[in-house]
Amino acid sequence: MRTDDLISRLSTGLQPVKRVTPPMQAALGWIALALLVVGAGVAIAGFRHDIEQRLMLMHEKVNLAAALLTGIAAAIAAFHLALPDRSPRWALLPLPFAAFWVSGLGWGCVAEFVAQGWPALGTSFGCLRFIIGFGLPLTLSMLWLTRHAALIRPGPVAALAGLAAAAIASVGLSLVHHLDAAAMVLIWHGGSVVLVTLLAKAFGTRAMQAMGPQIPRE
Amino acid sequence: MSGTDSRSAQEERWGGLLAAAQGGDKRAYDTLLREVTPRIRSLCRNRIRDHAEVEDAVQDSLMTLHALRHTYDPERPFGPWLTTIATRRAIDRLRRQGRSSGRESNLDDLPEDAAAVAPVAEERIAARNLRDAVAELPESQRTALRLAKLEDLSLAEASARSGLSVGALKVATHRAMHSLRRRFGVTGKGDDRADR
Repeated sequence: MRTDDLISRLSTGLQPVKRVTPPMQAALGWIALALLVVGAGVAIAGFRHDIEQRLMLMHEKVNLAAALLTGIAAAIAAFHLALPDRSPRWALLPLPFAAFWVSGLGWGCVAEFVAQGWPALGTSFGCLRFIIGFGLPLTLSMLWLTRHAALIRPGPVAALAGLAAAAIASVGLSLVHHLDAAAMVLIWHGGSVVLVTLLAKAFGTRAMQAMGPQIPRE
Repeated sequence: MSGTDSRSAQEERWGGLLAAAQGGDKRAYDTLLREVTPRIRSLCRNRIRDHAEVEDAVQDSLMTLHALRHTYDPERPFGPWLTTIATRRAIDRLRRQGRSSGRESNLDDLPEDAAAVAPVAEERIAARNLRDAVAELPESQRTALRLAKLEDLSLAEASARSGLSVGALKVATHRAMHSLRRRFGVTGKGDDRADR
């Protein structure tokens, strides 16, 4: 097809469209939804028995805030990055918060090791289940809202969607699940968040392409 | 007015046209697409050397622009929005070109092929589609087609060159022409006889 003919075809068949919601507004809406969903999960599962003592500890509060801020920053970045006219540097927004979160957990590991020696490590598939169980549906909901990114930068947007959903799910998990050793938190919370992010990166592009606009190929 | 000023005035105008197009203004949209096409072509040319591929990338960019027209915010500059779309499609084309280059047929190198293809984008695209179709034929049919049609050899010469019998050459040429006709939707019988 000649380019002139394509232009005529596109303009002749033009339909009015509704503009996408501004990215900050969309991000705040999604964050509210995520907090509501994870909050409902926490309400159903019930707070851990030592929640009051844990929330009195400064490092616990800092870790929770860092995880929450990582999720919020990743969501804001994803909605901005999904638009063609925004800088790719939006992808860097959650990195300082994520680094702060991981280093806080890492520092906790070192402090515990110095005080108590090598911690007893075990498996905690409950953490994995919680973060994947809440993380994946929330990731999908964000992929739906940012599906226009399928034609621009689906990979980074999908990875950020996974990170946002998993980090917020991890905050909920910290309120529910009794896991004292920082090393266990780092391995099971951090590992689950990384897993959800990688899954979103690997399959999110295809999911967005299936949900979003496509270019017909000759 | 400096070059930068005129460029930003032009982008402002394009932003206005797209905002009108978002509301369904077909004339504004047609004007916009025709005015931005040279800019898109120039952005694609910065990355792609092959003219036919550039034109494919331009068309992909126009279709992407169409699919993403609801993502443009009239409060923001139009230039970066358009640049990301065109650059993205040019990179995609380069990737696809890289992936398909391993499957190219050596019919590309035939002198007749090179002479027949004018440097007009649409003709190049048609020629490439034909080459792809020929490349997908079974080897015996491809050989028969090359010798009997492209190199214009007699059946006896073609038979001697290919090691195929005259009968086998006839059948292979006929089948090759038949499948090419079917693929391109040509219904007429035309000259597909190999018995020259």
